[in-house]
Amino acid sequence: MFHVKQSEFDVVVVGGGHAGAEAAHAAARMGARTALITLTFAGIGVMSCNPAIGGLGKGHLVREIDAMDGVMARVADQAGIQFRLLNRRKGPAVQGPRAQADRKIYRSAMQTALSAVELLTIIEGEVVDFLMRGDQVSGVRLADGSEIGATAVVLTTGTFLRGVIHIGDVSRPGGRMGDKPSIPLAEKIDSFGLPLGRLKTGTPPRLDGRTINWDILEEQPGDDDPVLFSFMSKGLSLRQVPCGITHTNERTHEIIQQNLTRSAMYGGLIEGVGPRYCPSIEDKVVRFADKSSHQVFLEPEGLDDHTVYPNGISTSLPEDVQHQYVQSMLGLEKAVILQPGYAIEYDYVDPRALDARLAVKTVPGLFLAGQINGTTGYEEAAAQGLVAGLNAAAAAMERDSVLFSRSDSYIGVMIDDLVTRGVTEPYRMFTSRAEFRLSLRADNADQRLTPKALALGCVGPERATAFGKKMDDLAHGRALLDASSHTPKALISLGLSVSQDGSRRNAFQLLSFPDVTFDHLLELDPGLDVIEPAAREQLAKDALYANYIDRQQRDIDVMRRDEMQEIPPELDFMAIDGLSNELKAKLARTKPANLHQAAKIDGMTPAALTLLLAKLRQAKRERSA
Amino acid sequence: MDTIYALATAQGRAGVAVVRISGPQAHEACIHLCGDLPEPRRTALRVLTGADGVKLDEALVLVFPHGGSFTGEAVVELHLHGSTAVVAAVLRELSALPGLRAAEAGEFTRRALENGRLDLAQVEGLADLIDAETEAQRRQALRVLSGDLGRLAEGWRRDLIRAAALLEATIDFADEDVPVDVTPEVSDLLHSVQADLRRQSAGVTTAERIRTGFEVAIVGAPNVGKSTLLNALAGREAAITSEYAGTTRDVIEVRMDLGGIPVTLLDTAGLRETSDVVEGIGITRARERAALADLRVFLIDGEDQPDLSPEPEDIVVRAKADLLQDKAGAVSGISGEGIESLVGEITSRLSGRLSGLGIATRERHRVAMLRAVSALDDAARHLLLGPVAYELTAEELRQAIRALESLVGRVDVENLLDEIFSSFCVGK
Repeated sequence: MFHVKQSEFDVVVVGGGHAGAEAAHAAARMGARTALITLTFAGIGVMSCNPAIGGLGKGHLVREIDAMDGVMARVADQAGIQFRLLNRRKGPAVQGPRAQADRKIYRSAMQTALSAVELLTIIEGEVVDFLMRGDQVSGVRLADGSEIGATAVVLTTGTFLRGVIHIGDVSRPGGRMGDKPSIPLAEKIDSFGLPLGRLKTGTPPRLDGRTINWDILEEQPGDDDPVLFSFMSKGLSLRQVPCGITHTNERTHEIIQQNLTRSAMYGGLIEGVGPRYCPSIEDKVVRFADKSSHQVFLEPEGLDDHTVYPNGISTSLPEDVQHQYVQSMLGLEKAVILQPGYAIEYDYVDPRALDARLAVKTVPGLFLAGQINGTTGYEEAAAQGLVAGLNAAAAAMERDSVLFSRSDSYIGVMIDDLVTRGVTEPYRMFTSRAEFRLSLRADNADQRLTPKALALGCVGPERATAFGKKMDDLAHGRALLDASSHTPKALISLGLSVSQDGSRRNAFQLLSFPDVTFDHLLELDPGLDVIEPAAREQLAKDALYANYIDRQQRDIDVMRRDEMQEIPPELDFMAIDGLSNELKAKLARTKPANLHQAAKIDGMTPAALTLLLAKLRQAKRERSA
Repeated sequence: MDTIYALATAQGRAGVAVVRISGPQAHEACIHLCGDLPEPRRTALRVLTGADGVKLDEALVLVFPHGGSFTGEAVVELHLHGSTAVVAAVLRELSALPGLRAAEAGEFTRRALENGRLDLAQVEGLADLIDAETEAQRRQALRVLSGDLGRLAEGWRRDLIRAAALLEATIDFADEDVPVDVTPEVSDLLHSVQADLRRQSAGVTTAERIRTGFEVAIVGAPNVGKSTLLNALAGREAAITSEYAGTTRDVIEVRMDLGGIPVTLLDTAGLRETSDVVEGIGITRARERAALADLRVFLIDGEDQPDLSPEPEDIVVRAKADLLQDKAGAVSGISGEGIESLVGEITSRLSGRLSGLGIATRERHRVAMLRAVSALDDAARHLLLGPVAYELTAEELRQAIRALESLVGRVDVENLLDEIFSSFCVGK
């Protein structure tokens, strides 16, 4: 690895964060000769915000990355020090795995995982420019003058574009804390004329765990039966630890109120838009003035690391105020701040400038992934890295694009949201964004996506074998359940409430009843005993939603039909007679890639879509004639 | 693939009204109405009967086989007697059949296109369809939103967003400071919307549309002869069915039957710049009413122009024909000159542009409301199970909202997030 003066790769990935790591790993899995260029090797896999992976929607993304044989889930499982399945008491469709991670172990496990990839070369250096062949990106130039050629370049530089850090009234340019911002690269991006916007995000002060009075604090333990991220992981790697919980109080809020004018955000220093689901403590106190207390989770950053991440009090107040309000809380009376909280503002590229491969529409050979596209979160970044990495490799190797749909994955939902609607605040995944939520579950991510990954050839032999066995078990179990049919009378004798309509029900249908368990089925048909426990659990989840899946399938079919109607990029919307000027302008601006994307444009009407379809048919006929 | 149906001819009273059905269930629908399936491509006279055994109409029925129709699908055409009541009854009967729904604007064309049944010349004709569609939708939106239904729909929208947001907040922010059990509040919201929808879907019938008719506003500067014209139209050409002063002194409504179409004529306050506050309010109201009307008749007297511009479909005539030498394009309420041609002009414009308004729209609303009611029933059933089935409750609620989109506008996930973020302090 390292100093390469002149070289050629299929894919170059710039940046070693969560997007970059996943992109490089994915491109190499596709068989592309790949280079990952990072400022420092040690920076690979750094968690710059809170020490946790997963959650609702986010946990779904991690599972999907894993189903494509990506790297995030396995690394998170190796580094996990507290696992919790969120929404355990709700339906499986909305359960999301989450884990606290040991920061150091996460980083080193990620570095090990990437170093082990044969086709992947890791290069330390600062990318300052792109190499161009005509209007096409053909590689990168490093600060030391060396040039690295590539057919496709994936840029994953996070908040490095004109990043500004604010701590109270002190502002300075910077990427994340301790890193320098990337100014020459930002200027180069400017030269492409991409639409930019400005966002902000914040972090809380980091505390010294040895100065926290844990004894008087409430504890939040992990689950007794931990649910891991990867379909391949077998068990825990590390000792499990609890998080602590404390609360802000009236005194805390008073201190914040009195010092609001000294906050970078309220002092008017910040123009970027912050996320509403992750407000700063200043925001919480001002916007929800009637609440006299907010929860603060004290998350350990590692097993042999005394740093604690107080989740819930991100801030841009000056350091002395942070000190005061932290010490106003129970258990934190003597807490020492190791690193003050700060807000960071940065430029992002309007993702509507990208296509569904995350390729920049106007700059062939350039892909963007992660926070640079206006998203937030490690999981969102990694999922984009996966998409960009797969497609950069596909482009370099002249293979078909790798597209995800709203109907097959949260990845597809996110990409579609980004490239068709853009963002107004840092984009985070929620389960409510997925209209096909009941079929896109964390538990069936492998059933949904691993066949696609196998077809692409980006799956290792170990997973291919394990997945094949699992699918065989499920198919076998399903066949047994379908064949096992029972009369209402037999069911009532077991104490189950079913209508006595005389119609027989098979065991799979019975599993969808809320009060029927697998044990009931065994009483009815002891032969079902041969179904493996893992398969029983999975079949029960599939059965629970079976009725809804049929209904959603009809909606999915309609959507797929429209997605199949691809709109060629060269189609001139302005030249279509009969469309209103407003619609023409909207179409020309958003450049929908297919009829489904066009249908989602505000103000679109069925007749206008029909006209558009007519034009597509006409153009097709002319091409083939 | 759904089977779609729609009135293919213009709405309003006419000699014949054609209802077209296309899709896999079209022939079954025909058997349901006629008792049998007539031989393809041969006109047959049949008595159409509803599911309750009541005779709907005696109609000419024309059946096209799959692959041999203009959409490429199985198609049935019902040539009915052109009465609004008959058409409404047949459409309602069709809406109750499984797998059938009212067609969206342009949907027959789209199917024809997808099945390769249209040539390029026909495709060019689509442009006109879009103009008609957008115009009809704009008017319909204004009309719905300005009336009682609009106020109700706005309330439903608010309540459904609130209910969905409560559920989604407990799902997506489970590890944060949000309520765990929102069942009671969601239940109240669901039941109140359900009750309203039931009442409305029962009450919204074509009868209402027929009673209301189409609004034609007479606009012009003060003293240009609007009231005289109104009286002349009412006295000479129309049967006045009721007459009363509007809720303000500024808009007079007269209902009448004009050339077979139910019409409400509006006599609006004269439009001009004014410094008088009370008159100003009246003029604002008059302008709003006139803008919402289906058609405007502009009375122009010399240079005295009203400060409201006519739309392309509107009628512009010169006032006080009795005082003019050149009587081309002029009317007079006093002498009756030009009245007959004005009535002809109004009726031809109304009957020409009625598709998208009236029965089909109302019928679509009713069907949408019924679908929403059924989804809300399911949602309420899941809600009884509490948080363990919130994702299913939310799914049914989503279905209900989708069904109501034509009434309440699109409710997007962003609306839910807005509601969540403004109600709960989330964010660790």
